[in-house]
Amino acid sequence: MSTEVPSRSTPDASDLSPSSAAETKKYKVIGTRPIRHDGADKVTGKARYTSDVLLPNMAYGALVRSPYAHARIVSIDTSEAEAMPGVLATMTSADLPDPWDKVENLGEGCINYAHLSGNVLARGKALYKGHAVAAVCATNAHLAEEAAAKIKVEYEPLPAVTWVLDAMKEDAPLLHDNLVTQALGEESARPSNIGAHIHFEQGDLEAGWAAADVIVEREFKTSSIHQGYIEPHVSIAMWNEDGRLKIWTGTQGSFVVRQQMAELLKIPVSQVLVIPCEIGGGFGGKIAVYEQPVAAVLSRKCGRPVKIAMRRDEVFEATGPTPGSYMRVKLGATKDGKLTAGEAWLAYDAGAFPGGVIGPGCMCVFSCYDIPNAVVDGYDVVANKPKVQAYRAPGSTHAAFACESVIDELALELKIDPLDFRLKNAVQEGSRRVDGPVYPRIGLIETLEAVRDSQHWNSPLEGPNRGRGIACGFWFNAGLQSSVTAAVNPDGTVSMSEGSTDIGGTRASIAMQLAETLGIAATDVQPQVVDTDSIGYTDVTGGSRVTFATGLAAYQAGLDIQKQMVRRAAELWECDVDQVTVEDGVYRYGDAALSFKELAVKLNNAGDPIVGRASVSPQVSTNAFGAHIVDVEVDPETGKVTILRYTAVQDAGKAIHPSYVEGQMQGGAAQGIGWALNEEYFYDDEGVMRNASFLDYRIPTAFDLPMIETIIVEVPNPDHPYGVRGVGEVPIVPPPAALAIAIHRATGCRMHELPMSPPHVWRAMQDR
Amino acid sequence: MIEFEYAAPTDLDEAIGLFAQAGDRATLLAGGTDIIVQLREGLRRADLVIDVKKIPELSQFEYAPETGLRLGASVPCWQIYENESIAAAYPALADAVRIIGGWQIQSRASVGGNLCNASPAADSIPALIALGAVAHLAGPGGRRAVPVAEFCTGPGKNVLQSGELLVALTLPPAHAGSGSAYQRFIPRNEMDIAVVGAGSWVQLDESRQRIAAARIALAAVGPTPRQAVQAAEFLCGKEPTEENLHEAGELAKQVATPISDMRGPAEYRTHLVGVLTRRTLAAAVERAGTFQP
Repeated sequence: MSTEVPSRSTPDASDLSPSSAAETKKYKVIGTRPIRHDGADKVTGKARYTSDVLLPNMAYGALVRSPYAHARIVSIDTSEAEAMPGVLATMTSADLPDPWDKVENLGEGCINYAHLSGNVLARGKALYKGHAVAAVCATNAHLAEEAAAKIKVEYEPLPAVTWVLDAMKEDAPLLHDNLVTQALGEESARPSNIGAHIHFEQGDLEAGWAAADVIVEREFKTSSIHQGYIEPHVSIAMWNEDGRLKIWTGTQGSFVVRQQMAELLKIPVSQVLVIPCEIGGGFGGKIAVYEQPVAAVLSRKCGRPVKIAMRRDEVFEATGPTPGSYMRVKLGATKDGKLTAGEAWLAYDAGAFPGGVIGPGCMCVFSCYDIPNAVVDGYDVVANKPKVQAYRAPGSTHAAFACESVIDELALELKIDPLDFRLKNAVQEGSRRVDGPVYPRIGLIETLEAVRDSQHWNSPLEGPNRGRGIACGFWFNAGLQSSVTAAVNPDGTVSMSEGSTDIGGTRASIAMQLAETLGIAATDVQPQVVDTDSIGYTDVTGGSRVTFATGLAAYQAGLDIQKQMVRRAAELWECDVDQVTVEDGVYRYGDAALSFKELAVKLNNAGDPIVGRASVSPQVSTNAFGAHIVDVEVDPETGKVTILRYTAVQDAGKAIHPSYVEGQMQGGAAQGIGWALNEEYFYDDEGVMRNASFLDYRIPTAFDLPMIETIIVEVPNPDHPYGVRGVGEVPIVPPPAALAIAIHRATGCRMHELPMSPPHVWRAMQDR
Repeated sequence: MIEFEYAAPTDLDEAIGLFAQAGDRATLLAGGTDIIVQLREGLRRADLVIDVKKIPELSQFEYAPETGLRLGASVPCWQIYENESIAAAYPALADAVRIIGGWQIQSRASVGGNLCNASPAADSIPALIALGAVAHLAGPGGRRAVPVAEFCTGPGKNVLQSGELLVALTLPPAHAGSGSAYQRFIPRNEMDIAVVGAGSWVQLDESRQRIAAARIALAAVGPTPRQAVQAAEFLCGKEPTEENLHEAGELAKQVATPISDMRGPAEYRTHLVGVLTRRTLAAAVERAGTFQP
């Protein structure tokens, strides 16, 4: 087992040393921290977001949204709006082609186009407050908004249901008359709000309970949470007279936007061009389309480009979120601390349409522990809420909150140190997850050892009302399809084109892998995220896959360039190809030696230009594990939790650009902390969200977080030439559980519900 | 948001004339940090927006230890906490304006506007009430003065009549041995609206050992800011011991009739009234011990 010594970053910004593994592997570029290629544009405000795009003669669209959580749409009258000066076109779902049931995997979950179309504009019924019902476009945004208010929609309100367990009841109001439960290949006889029942098992559960000396079972609840990206959804559509549709949008996947547009509008993909703009945060919430098809149809109707920008309340009420959940987890272990059995019963709401994130929730719930006998049941349940979308390790954070809380309680019951208990039961190479896969080489044990050896874990925590917690988290990380092309320039630099939209510094991490492969500096690669006409198919930026898979494509494109350079060097030196050697970017034949740059200059104007290309589709998970340590202080009078210190530890496989790995770990932890402490969709009895603004939907601000310390562990991924594992998602998983455990140590109260907001913590302290 | 007319009169009478003529179709703009948001979000409609910042009397900002503070209705928040002697004389007000929004908001938003907006959760109002502030109004019928404690009549509602506007706030002089404090409870540490707010003012006696007079006002516990009169009276003549301040907090809870909403359940808000009343009284007493005008 080759365990790299973890490199450690501290709040001290002067620590810019490359990770230690880079020294052992003798990388020149990987593991260093060059300035990001898009940095200057970003910090000077020149980067182009969709809002910045202004086209000649552009019109502005606005949506009419349901004021009811559940209502039959009796009639829609657009005549008054259409009569207003400046109004150019209106539309309803009748202007979209009839959808058909077709399910497709968009990389971070499957999508049914009938449902997607019905989510874009309601058909027959509005299924949640904020569900788009009609749209209008006008010569300016204010007029469009006024015109939207003039579209008369008659509703027949219906009973609504927002809590997952209520939606599962026999007598619950049904959202879809034709939805039946899919369970183990069977369909239920009666319609139901339960779209699917998932069941996993391994071993002999009864024998597992029998072998246990201690068993703990607890139930947990969590509220719906939004991804909270700062940039609202904004798109421009221009449907030309020649039939070609151009879309400018901030998206996690320009090719999946192209695919969705083609399916929803029933036009060939070749008729759609998607131009990805910079993106102000996505976190899984900018994969499905919302306003894009509406803008497209309005554009076709009025003959102008149409821009639609959502307001913040629209973003909260109609996009995202991640589900509210009810979970029951039961674990048993022997006196000497070996887990013998586990059972989980999970119900996640999917929002208004089936197909939420219960699947990964079920796969992740026991993913950190070797539990020989286990059963997991999961339910995908529709409710009168916006359609659930992916959010950073979708489904895993809920499950970890439940599982890790029970793990902690079990350890205390057994009087075993909770960290030792985790180490004793941690999954490793060869462990089988409850849903089947057997892990290849993974780094959970090394991650927990890094926790054990960390300065934070070994520092004293003194004073009243204070406590420390730890928790683990897992995310699979995807492979999927990626394409890269790279052209060698006459000055020896390389222009690289890729299709992965950059939501987390991936221009840098992909360019650095190409630079490492070619033996040139990171600054000598100029990465560009290009449109869907300019690069081969590339899946979403999601599943923590881009640095791994698009990075792999960049590596292979580099090898392609190198092969061509060797051939050309052989021509130059009049020798056989296999007589040319390449090491660290230096091409040699006998005494002759030329660097990549020197060779590129010599090859200029001689022969074919050199262009490398590669496309990949790795079908593997890269399996990331993290563990977080948190110290809190709880105000005994108000229940308010102050985070004193926070450390995120994670196996990154190999950190290409350590600063961005740390940034992902910090960002994920910050979002997990928000989820844990204050974020929630606050619904009233009518199913209306009462806090659809950043004022009352409380994501943490800089005043609410300490500097989040990071420790990168590097257990190389055997499926990648540089050992990369995905890093972006797993850091959101441990925080709620770690904080619940820390609050328990500080107050003696077990928190079984998220968010652990001041009134909830205060209530728990009153009841103790 | 649709188009509206904009006027920026430089004379008080002109402003009153415009405002009286337009009636409900007009709205006043000082810092605009509430009005512009309300117009944009469709919570308020106006055909005419009258900017009052160019009226000299509304920008008046005068302080003298002997006469107290005169605060024009459009004076932005930052001017209060940036002025050391005002912040020392009226610390509760300084506490409040330091936490109204971020500094961008504080550069525009006025205390007068915060009062006229009459939010039950407004931060400056309990501080003003605790400090004994008076609102000076002018309208078609002439001028009148109303104690801030009587200014708000409901959420977003106040005593201003049609065509009447707030000209200035006056605060009585702060004497030696007086102190005040405002605190709010919010789940985060910034950028939030009070779950409960409490402003307390105390005047210690000559010995500085006993409380001679006190005022306590609360935010977000009812449709308007509330004064906890009984709690304040209880403290008169008493030493500011922990028990007495705690008892004042318990008495203050009796005036709280909060609702349950996304900012907190009623039961929790009532509990916070006790905590914040005690904490602000303790802070006010500590400040009173050292204050010299």
